[in-house]
Amino acid sequence: MTNQTLAQASDIAVWATMVLTTLAMLAFAGHLAVTGTRTRERTSATARTEHRTAAGSAAPSGSSVAVLATEEPAPPPPSRRWGVIGLQLTLLATFGLVAGVALRGLSVGRAPLGNMYEFALVAMMFTLVVYSAWALRRDRLWLGLFVTLPVTLVLAAAKLSWYTEASQLMPSLNSIWLVIHVTVATLSVALFTIGCVLALLYLAKDRAEAKGQVPGWLAALPGTSSLERITYGLHIVAFPLWTFTLIAGAIWAEQAWGRYWGWDPKEVWTFVIWVVYAAYLHARATSGWTARKATWLAVAGAGCIVINYTVVNTFFVGWHSYSGI
Amino acid sequence: MTDTRKAPTRSPDPIIQPRLGVVGWLRWMWRQLTSMRTALMLLMLLAVAAVPGSIWPQRSVDPPRVNQFVRDNPTLGEWLDRFGFFDVYSSPWFAAIYLLLMISLIGCIVPRAGVHWRAMRAQPPRAPRNLTRLESHATTELAADPEVVLEAARTALGRRRLRLRRVEDGREHEVAAEGGYLRETGNLVFHISLLAVIVSVAVGHLWGWRAEVIISEGETFISQAGRYDTLQTGPWVDESSIDPFSLHLDRLDVEFETDAGGAQFGAPRLFEATVTTTDEPGAPEEQQVLGVNNPLHFGGTSVFLLGNGYATVTSVTDGDGNPLGTFTTPFLPQDDNYYSTGAIKVPAAEPQLGFYGAFLPTLRFDETAGPVSDFPGLVDPGLVLGLFEGTLFPGGRPQSVYTLDTAEMEQIRTSDGTTSGLLLRPGESTELPGDRGTLVFEDVVRWGGLVVRHDPGRIPVLISSIVLLGGLVTMLTVKRRRVFVRVTDPGEAGAEPGARHTGLMVAGLTKGTDPNLQGYLDALVEDISAAVATKDSE
Ligand code: HEM
Repeated sequence: MTNQTLAQASDIAVWATMVLTTLAMLAFAGHLAVTGTRTRERTSATARTEHRTAAGSAAPSGSSVAVLATEEPAPPPPSRRWGVIGLQLTLLATFGLVAGVALRGLSVGRAPLGNMYEFALVAMMFTLVVYSAWALRRDRLWLGLFVTLPVTLVLAAAKLSWYTEASQLMPSLNSIWLVIHVTVATLSVALFTIGCVLALLYLAKDRAEAKGQVPGWLAALPGTSSLERITYGLHIVAFPLWTFTLIAGAIWAEQAWGRYWGWDPKEVWTFVIWVVYAAYLHARATSGWTARKATWLAVAGAGCIVINYTVVNTFFVGWHSYSGI
Repeated sequence: MTDTRKAPTRSPDPIIQPRLGVVGWLRWMWRQLTSMRTALMLLMLLAVAAVPGSIWPQRSVDPPRVNQFVRDNPTLGEWLDRFGFFDVYSSPWFAAIYLLLMISLIGCIVPRAGVHWRAMRAQPPRAPRNLTRLESHATTELAADPEVVLEAARTALGRRRLRLRRVEDGREHEVAAEGGYLRETGNLVFHISLLAVIVSVAVGHLWGWRAEVIISEGETFISQAGRYDTLQTGPWVDESSIDPFSLHLDRLDVEFETDAGGAQFGAPRLFEATVTTTDEPGAPEEQQVLGVNNPLHFGGTSVFLLGNGYATVTSVTDGDGNPLGTFTTPFLPQDDNYYSTGAIKVPAAEPQLGFYGAFLPTLRFDETAGPVSDFPGLVDPGLVLGLFEGTLFPGGRPQSVYTLDTAEMEQIRTSDGTTSGLLLRPGESTELPGDRGTLVFEDVVRWGGLVVRHDPGRIPVLISSIVLLGGLVTMLTVKRRRVFVRVTDPGEAGAEPGARHTGLMVAGLTKGTDPNLQGYLDALVEDISAAVATKDSE
């Protein structure tokens, strides 16, 4: 029933994607190094100027840049060559993974959403698609490394430990609601992944600034308040999608098992993830909670997604099948 | 008010503290409970409290696994049980968290709804004196009269569905506007639907029931409380109100994977029942297909096909050849290849007889494991049974139909003294040892495991979830914005009256995070300028 040639072609496409994302990682890392060094040169020049101009009280850094311009010529803006190469490689990788997923689907004649391997593949495909679409519209070169890195790692893990032969589905998985539920779930996981990366970058930069030592790669990123806003912006897109995932999953469970909610481990964790992200959105609006503390909740939410995907899928289910013996 | 009473004189405390009194305390507690901070704590607590239910087996999901766990870990199991860790979602501490959250939610919604109601009928506030102090602002100069610019600004704001403040004396050169009230409406709708979901779930729990029954091909089932194998009812269910539909299992088609290798070999591929049903006794019959993901509905009751297996048709005669009965006996699958166990009980025999053993759809004798099944389909079926004699139902206690209670039975040995069982293929018959009669293995049929569910909260849960999602999307996409426009009239700048330079400044405020506010204001300025220009050229 399954077409082995297409399945093999899918495997090759996935390997090619991993090579491309690895190369993209290197290019993006180069981009951060170049931009970071330049930005640091500029800020240290600023700091020097600030030292000279501000006698006693520290002037806000925004105004001292203006001062700097009159005293010392600012270094030219850093070259974006490496970042653009990274983005081009990422676009190629995106096509590669879309092809890998499509071939996998064609080889089994169904939506490729039936097992952990396929789920990881599709989630990473959406991550690349979302990032690429975003980077084509806005300057997101600084984010490239932090998207291609997790994508490469997850694809490697999927290939090495979750690989499943292409095959048909159990009858209970044969439902349009599987396609709807899992497609939206993977899309929101992709958005949450990028959201978590942004949250971590914000936290790292915030801490570095508090300490007064901002390393080059962090200096190359946007300012903390802008990072924080982007983080939130991504989460308010992902959260309704996850809410929809929850509802669609319940509709499917109702049709397949005769109850829309049964507190099985998978359902428990879908719910936990939802509540944690709701807490993140709440914390942001709660006075007495700093943006930093709230953002940790977003990171916790991503941690729950990882647990849901790894521990719950392998350990809890494995436990379940032991007890049947 | 009680808390304004004078402190009683009989308390001679040197330090006089303000006394809250009972009402004061209650009010303080209410305020704490309904604060955002508490709601946040409760939310986080809810997430943490839900986790144990995924780690340890739950009675509501799989009771045998709980028993197994307690047997394997007696000490830990006892302590976990004491604190409700095997019934997390019905435990008092879990209930406490979500009930507090619900109360907090109500305490939050009610005053907010009032505030929102008033805000929606109130005027937008006046423009602040210094617009450049606001988060975002934009300016330009236009060659037009201030009145023309103001008119264009009003039109542009109105087109953006912002509400305008009435013009006041002395403030003719400014416009104050506010929009995005829908954000707060969405927020309230979301939080109210959250309550509606919880209430609907509770309705389903109180008035809902779930039952299971196994029926074999050729059998008819009539839905009544006493006829189900298991029946779990909510506390307020009236068992006589169960929909009395009937269902005849004409045929059950099951297919297993024969092509793929590895773990997929033998995996189920098709699973579909053809049934003849009536809504109630005497109603017209209807033939329907019941499949996985394809339930049947009778009024508010749904029937799902969740399990399948094999049933043997056997008949037994006594030593004199008198028939003792024909039995259709379901055997329960124990592994993926449908190694199935079951019991054939012959109460009419004297003394009573019971057969216990295994049915194997694809029989193979393994050197160590004995009879095993190699494939779930009917390739080479065999029935392996041991024979017991004695009292089938000791003390008249209810017992499972799938096992034999051998407390008051004895296994019968063959003439050479071994207990080795009987092996039959479909169509074969065998003499029972000791002239006890004959067993004929007539046929193999399939059985379907049905789950029957009545849940009056199902549709309300669905509707409130959809409304909830709508409210959520609204509250997260709509931005609550205040926009202020001020025009400054520098007087006659040039000699010609047409060349007036009117200064236009727009500024905005937002509630929460709004990364696009600046872009919004820039677009507004552009719109106003364009409108003024076209007006000019007319
Ligand atoms: C039961 C679980 C609850 C969930 C899942 C939940 C979820 C949410 C979400 C997702 C938001 C949107 C935040 C944003 O705009 O970024 C929100 C806002 C809000 N929630 Fe809740 N909520 C819950 C309970 C409560 C309770 C109990 C209260 C009252 C104490 C409350 C009060 C609020 C308020 C005031 C806002 C508006 C925040 C703002 O944007 O200014 N919520 N809630």
